[in-house]
Amino acid sequence: MSNTFYNSVYLDAELCVGCINCIKRCPTEAIRVRNNKATINKKYCIDCGVCIRTCKQHAKIARHDLFTDICNYKYSIALPAPSLYGQFNNLNDVNIILTGLKKMGFDDVFEVSSAAEVVSQISRKYMKEHKDKTPIISTACPVISRLISIKFPNLIPYLLPVITPADLAAKIAKEIAVKKTGLKKEEIGVFFISPCPAKYTAKNHPIGIEKSEIDGVIPIKDIYPLLSSKYMAEATKNLEDLSTSGQIGIRWGQIGGEALGTKTDNYMSVDGIERVLKVLEDLEDKKLTDLEFIELNACDSGCVGGVFTVENPFMAKAKLERLLKKTAKLNNNKLEDYVLVLEESDVYWNKEVVYEPVFNLGENLKDSFTKMNRVNELCRIFPGLDCGSCGAPTCSAFAEDVVRGYAEEKDCVHVLRELYEVIVNDEED
Amino acid sequence: MDCVVEVAMTNENTTMIFKYIVTKEDFTRAGEASSDIKSKLKMLGIAPEVIRKVAIAMYEGEINMVIHANGGEITVSISEQEIVMELKDIGPGIEDVEKAMQAGFSTATQDIRNLGFGAGMGLPNMKKYSDDLIIESELTVGTTVTMKVYL
Repeated sequence: MSNTFYNSVYLDAELCVGCINCIKRCPTEAIRVRNNKATINKKYCIDCGVCIRTCKQHAKIARHDLFTDICNYKYSIALPAPSLYGQFNNLNDVNIILTGLKKMGFDDVFEVSSAAEVVSQISRKYMKEHKDKTPIISTACPVISRLISIKFPNLIPYLLPVITPADLAAKIAKEIAVKKTGLKKEEIGVFFISPCPAKYTAKNHPIGIEKSEIDGVIPIKDIYPLLSSKYMAEATKNLEDLSTSGQIGIRWGQIGGEALGTKTDNYMSVDGIERVLKVLEDLEDKKLTDLEFIELNACDSGCVGGVFTVENPFMAKAKLERLLKKTAKLNNNKLEDYVLVLEESDVYWNKEVVYEPVFNLGENLKDSFTKMNRVNELCRIFPGLDCGSCGAPTCSAFAEDVVRGYAEEKDCVHVLRELYEVIVNDEED
Repeated sequence: MDCVVEVAMTNENTTMIFKYIVTKEDFTRAGEASSDIKSKLKMLGIAPEVIRKVAIAMYEGEINMVIHANGGEITVSISEQEIVMELKDIGPGIEDVEKAMQAGFSTATQDIRNLGFGAGMGLPNMKKYSDDLIIESELTVGTTVTMKVYL
């Protein structure tokens, strides 16, 4: 197991007041309040963003790249996520956004939704060739891929071994640009306009591929103000015909979109990290049968619910539906359209996903036995109120912290109070 | 889920024992024991393939107890060599064990089937996913199912 862990979400300690709201909501119990600050344990964090949504002080933030980073390249390309299209009012034509991005400063645009249609095509092929391996689990959401690799090793063989639409878009866009401009690959910067921070981690430390071609991940909310206030208006005066995506690709931006692209009758789409966790447990126990494909999204309503978005996810879904009615073609992209820059093997994973047992209690079985025994003993001492005063989300999580050496028993206020009463009673005697 | 834990340690071997109470027809809690064991096995660092077998075998056994038995206790013993699951109930006993082992055969009532259970695959699955399965049953007294999965 690797000893270094990476994630995008982190704590702005100055803003943190040491309350226990985020520690209670974290799906992997990755946060602890120590020295009055709610710090994230990188080993367990999956970048789901629940703590960002929960924190009233806005003390939980995410690392990402900046729009100004495009100046580091001779030629820059914007890769808008399909969820971007649901952020604007009264949008009739995707080309307004795409032209607007060029007016903002990008040299070119390539739609992630177009790459998504190729991913859907290859997914359908993979599913046809692997009917024995059901259900196939989507891997477009980096939060889910990471979660499965640390908590559900028995599901790793069922992961769809196909690269994400954003990664494929980056590959295609860069190759086309090299041919078009004659520039070297390193001089071309490809930037994903992202609804989510997990994509930033995935850019630097991808799952399933050796290296991502994405050079920067810029939050939708950083692009939105300039686009909506200035550049989209400018774009309408001089509209370029840049869109190549069909409905299938645009639907990827919301829950159910990827599943629809597999054109299977037996699928399930799940959103929200808590619900996803329950489904993964049931999947592991083989309680869900007769399904060919399972689409899992960490965010409510799918990518439109990501923390880097601006619009309410349900509004964004409604806007996408309106836009879809105006999108002419169902499917507008096939692998064959990109034969000059792409081979089928480019769309598949090239690196094995390995189980990382980050939650293991001990070094080996005997060590784990001893430690688990101690955890159970401590659970009998602690009151079982899960009050959070010790900084851990539950008494059993705190017992584990003590056994792992991260905390002391008397960090529990109830234990401390009992000790105090013993001292007071002794003095009275 | 509440479970009683005992640890037996000798110089050569350590065994951890977890006990769970199963209540007749308590469908809200059905599956909690196998879920709990699964998370404990993960923390102990047991191999994923072993965890999968234990989780499925124990889940099927636990559901059988909820559907058919008058209540009982599950004892899971984990050592460095094997995981032993003993599912012991207080009745009513299995009339024909050989028939019960047939795929598709079930004595579940219509009410139970309406809940989605009673497909008749419980015992066959328990046999499939465990390395060793012993069923001892006496009518009106009770049934003890012992399953072993080797590490």
